[in-house]
Amino acid sequence: MTWNLDNNMPIYLQLMERIQRDIISGRFGPGDKLPSVRELAVEAAVNPNTMQKALSELERGGLVYSQRTSGRFITEDEELIKELKKEQAEKYLVEFMENMRSLGLKEEEIRALFEDAWKGEKRA
Amino acid sequence: MKPILECYGLSKTYGNGQWALSNLNLSLERGQIVGLLGPNGSGKTTLIKLINDLLTPTEGSIQIDGNLPGIETKKIVSYLPERTYLTPSWKVRDLIFYFEDFYEDFRRDRAQQMLEALGIGLHARLRTLSKGTREKVQLVMVMSRDASLYILDEPIGGVDPAARDYILNTILTNYNENATILLSTHLISDIENILDRVIFLQNGQIVLNATVDEVRVEQKKSVDMLFREVFRC
Repeated sequence: MTWNLDNNMPIYLQLMERIQRDIISGRFGPGDKLPSVRELAVEAAVNPNTMQKALSELERGGLVYSQRTSGRFITEDEELIKELKKEQAEKYLVEFMENMRSLGLKEEEIRALFEDAWKGEKRA
Repeated sequence: MKPILECYGLSKTYGNGQWALSNLNLSLERGQIVGLLGPNGSGKTTLIKLINDLLTPTEGSIQIDGNLPGIETKKIVSYLPERTYLTPSWKVRDLIFYFEDFYEDFRRDRAQQMLEALGIGLHARLRTLSKGTREKVQLVMVMSRDASLYILDEPIGGVDPAARDYILNTILTNYNENATILLSTHLISDIENILDRVIFLQNGQIVLNATVDEVRVEQKKSVDMLFREVFRC
């Protein structure tokens, strides 16, 4: 299935984000082998050189590493993955708060709405 | 390694006082997928025909892997013309033999594999196939060669979106890392993500030659949006 990419951002950044999310969510576990550049490029329906660039950038950040002959692997550093997960969650929270405030809601109202939604989800 | 394609001061007129191409300089490196984009009449097909030795330059020259267009370059250039040239009474199998006779780098097993995946029988006559299927067959033939330069003139023009995805997938899966693909199209948004680089042609001249991500970083918009701006009617 083609990955959903948007128009304005550089493609390699979007690929990085997507793979990062797949690592955080556990689709790729620590130490797992990544599919080849070509396979990932075909899956995402993007240019292989662009995929290559995304993976090299992730490598620079330490999230993946390559072994000369056997391919690319996800880091075994679970702390790093946990840290990234926290970072991402914080980003979503900031967005959430911004959106709520833009509706003119006050902190207490946001909290009340959140708790209602939380209860609703638990019941469902 | 030297670039796979180089054009120097390339100009072409059909003798009507207008220049289809005018002093075009272009160099393409190996291992890229390049989109040749421009409105109708901007010179895309003229450039492609010059590279394939179907036209001769009025001025300037072209080198492919260091050679002028001719027998040597046809061995390493795999060309998908805009219009079909296949004999309707032929069977798919005849076409495979034909390509095999013509091109040393044709890989029959690859062609058969792709045709099988598409559910196209080797004994089907081309006449009996739909337009979209004929286009797919032709692309399969072209992509079954181990060429250094693939030139695809409007490869996704006449087919539905699902077939388009299949064709892009075929291109991505079958070209080797050192080969360059030059493809012309006006369906930019469909193809933008698989391109390394885009070349905009206007009135026979290059007005942009940049990577897709350069366009996005510098212009903060997609190639498709930029095209609509540059070529607004």
